[in-house]
Amino acid sequence: MSFDLREAATGAADPATVGGYGDHPERVGFFTDTSVCIGCKACEVACKEWNTLAEDGLNFTGMSYDNSVGLGADTWRHVAFIEQPRQLGRQETYLAPTELPGDLKRTAAGRTPVSLGLPASVPPDGVVGTVREMDFRWLMSSDVCKHCTYAACLDVCPTGSLFRTEFGTVVVQEDICNGCGYCVPACPYGVIDKRPTDGRVAKCTMCYDRLSVGQEPACAKSCPTDSIQFGELDELRERAAARVLALHAEGVDSARLYGADPNDGVGGAGAFFLLLDEPEVYGLPPDPVVTTRDLPAMWRRVGLAAAGLLVGLIAVTVSGASAPTRARR
Amino acid sequence: MNRSDVPAGTATMTDVRLDRAPDLPAERDAVVGSAGRPGRRQRGERLMVPKAEFRSYYGRPVLNGPTWQAPDIAGYLFLGGLAGASSTLAAAAELTGRPALARGLKAGAATAIAGSLYSLVHDLGRPERFVNMLRVVKVTSPMSIGSWLLAGYAPMAIAAAGSAVTGRLPVPGRLATIGAALLGPAVAAYTGALISNTAVPAWHEGHREMPLLFVGSAAASAGGLGLLVGPGAESGPARRAALLGAVAELTMTRRLEQRLGPLAEPLQQDTGGALIRAGKVLSATAALTLALGGRNRKAGVAAGVALLAGSLCTRFGIFHAGLASARDPKYTVGPQRERLAARDRAAKEPT
Repeated sequence: MSFDLREAATGAADPATVGGYGDHPERVGFFTDTSVCIGCKACEVACKEWNTLAEDGLNFTGMSYDNSVGLGADTWRHVAFIEQPRQLGRQETYLAPTELPGDLKRTAAGRTPVSLGLPASVPPDGVVGTVREMDFRWLMSSDVCKHCTYAACLDVCPTGSLFRTEFGTVVVQEDICNGCGYCVPACPYGVIDKRPTDGRVAKCTMCYDRLSVGQEPACAKSCPTDSIQFGELDELRERAAARVLALHAEGVDSARLYGADPNDGVGGAGAFFLLLDEPEVYGLPPDPVVTTRDLPAMWRRVGLAAAGLLVGLIAVTVSGASAPTRARR
Repeated sequence: MNRSDVPAGTATMTDVRLDRAPDLPAERDAVVGSAGRPGRRQRGERLMVPKAEFRSYYGRPVLNGPTWQAPDIAGYLFLGGLAGASSTLAAAAELTGRPALARGLKAGAATAIAGSLYSLVHDLGRPERFVNMLRVVKVTSPMSIGSWLLAGYAPMAIAAAGSAVTGRLPVPGRLATIGAALLGPAVAAYTGALISNTAVPAWHEGHREMPLLFVGSAAASAGGLGLLVGPGAESGPARRAALLGAVAELTMTRRLEQRLGPLAEPLQQDTGGALIRAGKVLSATAALTLALGGRNRKAGVAAGVALLAGSLCTRFGIFHAGLASARDPKYTVGPQRERLAARDRAAKEPT
């Protein structure tokens, strides 16, 4: 393949440099460490508040505590909840035998405790004892736009509405987008979507307005456990590699990084993750590839097909060219 | 919950090993398998090999499916192909002394491209901003290249038809005819890259066949149109174009289904599958009628209608098959898992 159509074809180059910025800040990104996510959804709320995103359906899905289902035009952060009957590393899953606090005992005097059915609450018999072998782990992960090095949405946008910022992120210009919707099926992660109400597409901007004034994005700012870490991408990748090693040493050998490899199908994600199970369990594609990687091959086929059609249609006309002439004579 | 195969003393210490145990009971796990069709479950027995079952997040799609409306975009795939191939066939007919066939095809092409432009603008979320399509030229976006192609082709196709129907301005009409004939095949072919250049599994993985399939379908529909609008004495090129196109369309559809393997399911099931089957039957019947019926006018008209309907069904079928493949996570996860497994095998192989 002699020519490569992707925006950042050289691989090693910084996307902002390839995007035409001479002097630009370091590429920034998110490292989402799902091993410390507590599923509080502060990121979802902070994102909605800061970016004034509309309500996107007040539904009860029955999918654990997840009622926002997935990323979309008005959901730029999405917390996934996965319940699994297995232990997490060497965590102590039993409830320690404890005494009820004195004041609680006094107020509850003479009454039988009733279980509300909450996990890790008092057992139904009211006796707080030891529960061993509680094989249960709850995976939580806050998903977001990956701000790919090779961004399919950006490549396919026919209006130039999607653009690369000086921070290496990918942002939609709302005043340009005409709602053609090409970026929606182009995204290998199912991030960007069209708003039915206003006809344009929308996705995470990594809080471009906040970055421009030296502030971190709203989701990272609001994360109480630092599960969402914001910073310069190179530094985040180092930090993430160290964190995986630490978790492996702790016995959590299912910990792995997702999207941190600059040699993957999207050239490395600007927002990458530490996951505790396979990516597809979190609704992420296991091996995403930017669709424009195959575009040179597609264009060659288009050229071949168009030439074939031209030649074929001339051939079928010329091959019998004498027939009508003869008929007229 | 059967844990008898875990040594008793290590029950609370084997957590790390259990992390990847394949025999964990599934009742509290997030639902795995495709939407509405849970895969087979096995409990209590330790499997010697891990299950090959694919996993997903509650059966939810990984991708956000296309927001395109079928009547607009699948309709455009058909109309754009019909217009492009008709313009080329019209010019060839005109230059070989078949004016009536040429006139009919030009009028058909102009009507089809006008319908295409309406559909394309109608499908935009902000139709009033359609002109933003001509803000930039991007070779990475088949939609951008297509917009420029249409911007060049559509005025010429419409001018050629106007000149042919009214008989005015013959010289500009002739120039427009030739211009439209040269751009027509590109208009008919680029839509293959348009839909393949997405993450939609059935479209993307079919990128090798899609442009050839689409020009075959376009030639078949243009031939069909020629059989309807052209007089019997001039119908030779239309008949041969129809035959050639129908054979190409059928061959490429078959090759697409063979090469996609498990990913061909959406091309064979539900709405997409039914439409593609209907397209095959219509195109094959029309081709047979033309091959056997000779120059019979009635047979030609019937075949022409069947060819147009067949091409229409094929385009809508491929459109719907793409939507179905984006909706079910197994078509996204399955092939990607296989790709990763193949890469692992290649890495382990001694060189």
